[in-house]
Amino acid sequence: MKETRYIRAINEAMSEEMARDEDVFIIGEDVGGPGGAFGATKGLLETFGAKRVWDTPISEAAIVGLAVGAATQGLRPIAEIMFIDFLTICMDQIVNQMAKIRYMFGGVYKMPVVVRTPCGGGLNAGPQHSQCLESWFAHIPGLKVVMPATPYDVKGLLKSSIRDDNPVIFIENKTLYGMKGEIPEEEYLVPIGKADVKREGRDVTIVATSRMVHQSLAAAKVLANEGIEAEIIDLRTISPLDKEAIFKSVEKTSRLVIAHEAVKAFGIGAEIAAMVCEEMIDCLDAPVVRVGAPFVPVPFNLESLYLPNADDVIKAVKKVTR
Amino acid sequence: MVNKEKLLELLYLMVKVRRVEECLLEIFAGGKIPGFIHVGIGQEAVSAGVCSSLNPDDLIFTTHRGHGQALAKGIDLKRFMAEIYGRQDGFCKGKSGSMHIASKEAGVVGSNGIVGGGIPISLGTAFASMYRGEKKVTVCFFGDGATNEGTFHESLNLAALWNLPVIFCCENNGWAQFTPQKVYMKVENISIRAESYGMVGLTVDGDDVLKVYEAAGKAIVRARKGEGPTLLECKTHRWFGHYAGDPQKYRSPKEVEEAKGFDPIPRFEKFLIDAKHINADYLNTVEARIKSEIEEAIAFAENSPMAGAEELFNDVYA
Repeated sequence: MKETRYIRAINEAMSEEMARDEDVFIIGEDVGGPGGAFGATKGLLETFGAKRVWDTPISEAAIVGLAVGAATQGLRPIAEIMFIDFLTICMDQIVNQMAKIRYMFGGVYKMPVVVRTPCGGGLNAGPQHSQCLESWFAHIPGLKVVMPATPYDVKGLLKSSIRDDNPVIFIENKTLYGMKGEIPEEEYLVPIGKADVKREGRDVTIVATSRMVHQSLAAAKVLANEGIEAEIIDLRTISPLDKEAIFKSVEKTSRLVIAHEAVKAFGIGAEIAAMVCEEMIDCLDAPVVRVGAPFVPVPFNLESLYLPNADDVIKAVKKVTR
Repeated sequence: MVNKEKLLELLYLMVKVRRVEECLLEIFAGGKIPGFIHVGIGQEAVSAGVCSSLNPDDLIFTTHRGHGQALAKGIDLKRFMAEIYGRQDGFCKGKSGSMHIASKEAGVVGSNGIVGGGIPISLGTAFASMYRGEKKVTVCFFGDGATNEGTFHESLNLAALWNLPVIFCCENNGWAQFTPQKVYMKVENISIRAESYGMVGLTVDGDDVLKVYEAAGKAIVRARKGEGPTLLECKTHRWFGHYAGDPQKYRSPKEVEEAKGFDPIPRFEKFLIDAKHINADYLNTVEARIKSEIEEAIAFAENSPMAGAEELFNDVYA
């Protein structure tokens, strides 16, 4: 094992897959010489040359569209979009084109595109650079949505995403880029669609994503001092959702809290809550409680009030365990 | 000088596209085809002229008004018809219908129901050809209306910058759905926009199939040699409305009649007869051949089964 930062793990995943498969290339704004706005592609231009790493104009629809077209011809593009907020500029290419080409054209095309993009607040980047929009993409059949929370998961899942023949919206987290964690020296993959139990516990299930996995782990420590043992399920993949992992844990604990940074209303927490209520309401000993951001844009100045945190998770757990 | 074989191919393709679309209008009016269809009757010279210059492994992107382009590229008429009927033997198992036809084998990467939606994707197939050191070129068809979408700007800039082997073919029929060009655009010739991207741009008479063929041929040669993309504007005329059944209340009957005056088919037939390449009998033979191809295609489509319920869930993911 070795200690690596989340951002380095991303870089290693791309580097390994580019070495393994010549059809893999990177396209995006500032991904070449500058090495990406956050440094994810640092050194890849030097290692693999200009044929494999393409700096583009600020043209998100052209970036994603080019990736889609290249994928119809068997290439495996990794498109970097600097902030998830900017995916709104290329939504047609993602939603009407990339997600539908396989189905619409009768299964003749594979669509091995990875769109890498960071989400989340925490950097005081304001309303247009801080959102969590994973539920937008999870709502679209044809897309996979991956949202890893640790260096280990981000590397293994990015490698799996690059090898996947379907389009993957790969959502990183800006505040986690500097996070350190252990990863194996040798090659490994993390499968898409499998949640991970980050902490075992008998009293309550907390289903969390991205930064909220760490907030939930912090909350669990505090709760343990009060005799409440929380089980933390890190979804890792939003779509396809690992229903089995969620149900298995809820069967054990009979209590469910869902924690995500995205606005609570209409978020993935609503989907999970509905799913559990539809299929296993008899297992529940308390109503499902969601933790998420309030229904407001992300403010530049009041971000700390906006962002859900460990205290919010603790409060939610107390609601379902009292 | 265009050889006789090619001249006859151009004639055949134009007449075929015309007759297929006339037939589609009839079948649609009879209620056998669900949804909606868009025909490009009057615009056949563009499809035939451009696609005749392409190799079988070259690629095209078409639009909601894309029957002509797909047929001229060589899409199989039987499976084309089955697709429009929504049947299992269609190119896309009936899931795409008229507006989203694709045929990997014919190099019709896909038709697009989103105006301007295919332009960025065409960069990618051209990119793949360059990436692999292949000589394939891509032609992306779109209408005049699409040139006001942001994707047009983003894509032409990037294509010029990277010298991608792509031809942007603007089939300018003067109408963006129900709105005439002078209402939505200050410039008359869309091709002048090419200059701002550092790209070659030219406007040709899109109702003169030979002019289209020659201009497209040059652009394709340039793209194949790695000398960069072209914006080729073909000015043509749409006879019918935006969609089949559109009463065209926004357009005077006089203007429609004038558009019909530009009919590219009799014009080319006259040229061929005057130059003694063909006689009137030849035209009858072509019509008869196409009639039988269409009858065969309709029979094939009508006998093809509807998709089963299990097909609903197929091909969402690979």
